[in-house]
Amino acid sequence: MLQGYLRADGRKGIRNIVVVAYLVECAHHVAREIAAPFRDQGVHLIGFPGCYPNAYALAMMEKLCTHPNVGGALLVSLGCEGFDRHRLARTIEASGRPVLAMGIQDTGGTKRSVAAGRDWIGQTLRAVARQATVPMGIDELTVGTICGGSDATSGLTANPAMGLAFDQLVAAGAKTIFEETGELIGMEYLMAARAANPALGDELKRTVGKAAAYYATLGYASFAPGNADGGLTTIEEKSLGAYAKSGQSRIDGILKPGILPPKKGLYLLDVVPDGDVRFGFPNINDNAEIAELIACGSQLILFSTGRGSVVGSAIAPVVKVCANPETYRRMEEDMDIDAGRILEGQATLPEVGREIFDLVRRVGNGEPTKSEGLGHQEFILTYKSFEPLGPSCLPA
Amino acid sequence: MASSDKGAARAVMRLSPPDNVAVALRHLKAGETVMLDDVPLKVNRSIAVGHKLAATAIAKGEIILKYSCPIGTATQAIAPGEHVHTHNVESNYLPTYTLPA
Repeated sequence: MLQGYLRADGRKGIRNIVVVAYLVECAHHVAREIAAPFRDQGVHLIGFPGCYPNAYALAMMEKLCTHPNVGGALLVSLGCEGFDRHRLARTIEASGRPVLAMGIQDTGGTKRSVAAGRDWIGQTLRAVARQATVPMGIDELTVGTICGGSDATSGLTANPAMGLAFDQLVAAGAKTIFEETGELIGMEYLMAARAANPALGDELKRTVGKAAAYYATLGYASFAPGNADGGLTTIEEKSLGAYAKSGQSRIDGILKPGILPPKKGLYLLDVVPDGDVRFGFPNINDNAEIAELIACGSQLILFSTGRGSVVGSAIAPVVKVCANPETYRRMEEDMDIDAGRILEGQATLPEVGREIFDLVRRVGNGEPTKSEGLGHQEFILTYKSFEPLGPSCLPA
Repeated sequence: MASSDKGAARAVMRLSPPDNVAVALRHLKAGETVMLDDVPLKVNRSIAVGHKLAATAIAKGEIILKYSCPIGTATQAIAPGEHVHTHNVESNYLPTYTLPA
């Protein structure tokens, strides 16, 4: 059994974070100053930098501030930006969480706002610390998976091992989410064959087709120079490795950022915007995708890396699975699991898959991950636009 | 002595029977000979862990198969043991971006 924090909507968190959220870049400094003294006490900084309103960003912030790992939220506005702070505050309040919406212009500038914000955080931390945990099953977990800083070992060790852990999580009744459609280019037919029904299979192919067209317009694949240094030659080779994270389970549906999986099983998160290309690259870095996996309810993220990413995230613990044995030896302090042992004949895929599953349970019980211990709390949110899910995306 | 492709010390591995590339399980030195399914392959240059080398002779225009899946097309003829990467393979979807040397 895990231990979780029960929320009013029935979901359970594996952490009890208080978020400080800036609602425009102009409020970023004040929000950071408010959070700074509390950064080792479970206070995380998140935010949206834009001044123009954006339905996606509002929906993301609503889902993040009412995430099961979150116990309270302080919203920091400048006061004149387009973000609908009133609606966000009402949504958080309706979820039963403590919330304060603060305007820097109304409060009287930087110093007074920082002081007022710190007062509120101090009181709120004392209040959330009083909340007791309750028993929680694996079937109450939602786990997201991502790869970053991939090399050619990612698809040989860490990704298939995480796929095996995903299969075990699905068998145990958990909700699991993989992504990202731009890194599944070339895998659409294999994925469609695993769909719960043929209509969902068609949607999976359409979703990857949309990603390929989007990236073609931008002129780049979702492929970094380090991927090539690490031996990946093409986007379809990278996709082959990325796809292995999804394991072998049936694919039960397609999600978009902020949509929660309706039942247990395996879901693909479609992260590529709908319509004409606007606002630039779909996901400007790994943390943009992690924020979206969390907004879909993931309480925990499995992250595989070959080149050696160090990131964690605000709100949800990130478990780092290192694919490359040479990278592990160089960056051991940042890595939770050494999957490179498979390459050197020191461990088998099923052994490492089991190790990942066991670590998920321990992290669900409060054990900090390496990135949490090092204070990693990365967060980024940028403009996007989505249409509602198609009718075939979530079969009954 | 050529290293065996069996056991923990194997140097290269073919991931799936139809593959025309193998994967380096450790750093391979230029000029060394490695065994792949009892066939010797002479490595044409230094190849880092995870990188690919040709398991057979590959003609220009031939599809590169890894894990039985197409991962690109050969832009030139590739000899057995030769490093297979961005200099001799291109994507069938989107170009690969690398930093200028």
